[in-house]
Amino acid sequence: MGWTLFLPLLIPLSTGIVLFGLRRRRRLVHTLAITASTLLLASAALLLFVVQRDGIQVVALGTWPAPYGIVLVADLLSASLLLVCVLVSWATVIYATTWIDPGRERAGFYSLVFILLLGVNGAFLTGDLFNLYVWFEVTLMASFVLLVLGVERGEVEGGIKYVSLNLIASAFFLSATGILYGLAGTLNLADLSQVLPSIDSHLVNLVAVLFGIAFGIKAGLFPLFFWLPASYHTPPVPVSALFAGLLTKVGVYALIRVFTLLFRQDPDWTHGILLACSALTMLTGVLGALVQQDIRRILSFHIVSQIGYMVFGLALLTPLGLASSVFYLIHHIVVKTNLFLIGGLVERVGRSSSLDRLGGIFRARAWLGIVFLIPAFSLAGIPPLSGFIAKLLVVRAGLDAGAYLATAVAVAVGLLTLMSMLKIWNEAFWKDPPTSGVLGDPNIPIRLVVPVLVLAAVTLLLGLLAEPLLDLSTQAAEQVLDADAYRAAVFGLHSSLENLTGGGVP
Amino acid sequence: MEILFALMVGTLYGCALYLLLRRSIVKLLIGLILLGNGTNLLIFSGSGLVRGRPPLVPVDATSVPAPYADPLPQALILTAIVISFGVLVYAVALIYRTYRALATDDLDNLTSTDRLGEVPATAHVAVEVPLQPIHGSGKGG
Amino acid sequence: MSTLTSIILRTAVRWISPLLLLFSVFLLLRGHHEPGGGFSGGLIAATGFALLTFGYSVRTAQRVLRIEPLSLTACGLVLALLSGLPSLLTGQPFLTGLWIDISLPGNVVLELGTPLLFDVGVYLAVIGATLTMLFEFAEE
Repeated sequence: MGWTLFLPLLIPLSTGIVLFGLRRRRRLVHTLAITASTLLLASAALLLFVVQRDGIQVVALGTWPAPYGIVLVADLLSASLLLVCVLVSWATVIYATTWIDPGRERAGFYSLVFILLLGVNGAFLTGDLFNLYVWFEVTLMASFVLLVLGVERGEVEGGIKYVSLNLIASAFFLSATGILYGLAGTLNLADLSQVLPSIDSHLVNLVAVLFGIAFGIKAGLFPLFFWLPASYHTPPVPVSALFAGLLTKVGVYALIRVFTLLFRQDPDWTHGILLACSALTMLTGVLGALVQQDIRRILSFHIVSQIGYMVFGLALLTPLGLASSVFYLIHHIVVKTNLFLIGGLVERVGRSSSLDRLGGIFRARAWLGIVFLIPAFSLAGIPPLSGFIAKLLVVRAGLDAGAYLATAVAVAVGLLTLMSMLKIWNEAFWKDPPTSGVLGDPNIPIRLVVPVLVLAAVTLLLGLLAEPLLDLSTQAAEQVLDADAYRAAVFGLHSSLENLTGGGVP
Repeated sequence: MEILFALMVGTLYGCALYLLLRRSIVKLLIGLILLGNGTNLLIFSGSGLVRGRPPLVPVDATSVPAPYADPLPQALILTAIVISFGVLVYAVALIYRTYRALATDDLDNLTSTDRLGEVPATAHVAVEVPLQPIHGSGKGG
Repeated sequence: MSTLTSIILRTAVRWISPLLLLFSVFLLLRGHHEPGGGFSGGLIAATGFALLTFGYSVRTAQRVLRIEPLSLTACGLVLALLSGLPSLLTGQPFLTGLWIDISLPGNVVLELGTPLLFDVGVYLAVIGATLTMLFEFAEE
């Protein structure tokens, strides 16, 4: 039973090391990278299957029992997010094998991608706050290097902003962890959820705000999002797509975990702040997107605006609200990665990412236009695509909880998102090309097309077969809100692990 | 003793904030270093300071006698130091590279990724001389 | 990087570097039960190479090391990873420590275990990572 929990960590780690050793042999690396990500996909699917069948899965690393050692915990939320993240990285790896230049490949591009995945998977699976910090840093380290593998002006500039703001976020995270340890004397999430209710709520609120700031920066929440649109459009397309799909979502996941399991003593205050931030996040993100003229920058601002919807569900703290957050997360990871990948294809066909210089792509590549419309309409929330159901859930949860103003914002932002997507459609696909109709790169390699088509098909499926996914997110939400079950799963390990055989920490 | 530590942490945070708000990139980096050091001191003093009582079990006992220094914060700090060491070395390399690419140390000159309009350079051109990845360093502790 | 040509430093480095390397192995081996371990051992070994870099040149240090530091890091990570696997074969969670005692002549018991392997992995990874950074900066 332990194997299923370890595989999502073991596969990326060993692949990262092996690919680093072989990084000069391009063809072999491509084959290995695709094989490994397929295996990873299978292992994540297996984990979700096991969690759905047997409930929350827990393993104590090195046989050290719960409050003392580090535990890995997989519940429905983490297992389903893991699966989606692994799916989009599978698509991105295939896409990258034709997109990434040999220079970056020799520098260890694929091994970095797998180390990034290791960090992301670790963050989803860990049940310990300090361990979460370590996984965040592993992710960050890999993303730092991925972001600045080149030496162009834009890349290093975006790199400086990304690195410094994320380091500040890490400092906040670490400070909050330190104070929390001083207050509670433990950093195990299950143990903390038991101890915190007996501690002075003012201090706990202070720590909650510190965590909110730390994860808010990582997730790109309202006052703290400005690093995101400044850096996400600078690296190569597969890197942007991977970051867009995974990194901010890890931040949202951490927010959900911490603000449901730990900080629920004073929801009017903590979740009130989150609610205000989420509404403002939606609004500023979409307004930022409307004034941009570059496809990738528009998409970057949309990441910010969509983060608002996910945090909105969390801020309501109702089962329906959280279910809408989970649904939104799953839908958004697929859609956003796909939009970035399609943006890359548009850039390749039209030789620019600026809307002023693009045009006539629908005439040149009709299928590309149609494939673009699927995730774009899904993002804006047009039925019958997955985004419509996600937005419907958010709005219903908001109305049920009586957060009318924020719900109104959510609906308005949906319309503005549609407007912004139609702007891309009109400018890039529909209008006549500004220069006499010469489009670059007549043939698009199959490895760039397949990932985009697969992700578009997943988006369609999530919309048409929404019922099972809705059930899954509802169950995940109920599980997340049920702290007792989480504790029981983690501490239930106690009795079965009496024989400690010792272990090694350097 | 805790008061002294609290003051020290506050001073470090204050200095860090001041340096972070300066325009020079090098000062930004020094600010980040101070921020990290302040945080480590905060963790160290967060669970209380106990002097001269190592958490060692005596030969004739089965548990540690009551007031003892908590070893966990020190383990946390060790890990945090290792990680921040790796990250900061990376940041130094990045700053050096920024200086070579842009010949500036002024954050006010780094506005091209925020301005509307063209991205300064197409980001998918083949590049030689990649920075050596240094991601292995974070896992030492 | 301009080399320091102080003859005092060079002579001292000739003696101190091997001693540091020896001491690092000592720290690595005593690490499980007493202060020391892979991390501090690795740092001290890296210091030995750093002294060579300062006293002579990056080339000298690289020649003495023989293997690319990043590969050393990769080897270390592989070792650390492998150390977690035997426990999976016996049905225990990943990274559970397994020990075997070997009795040597002269009433000495040699304890060998997977945590030692993990420590050796950390040792190599730390040397590799530290020297990667050092060489990178020294070459600029």
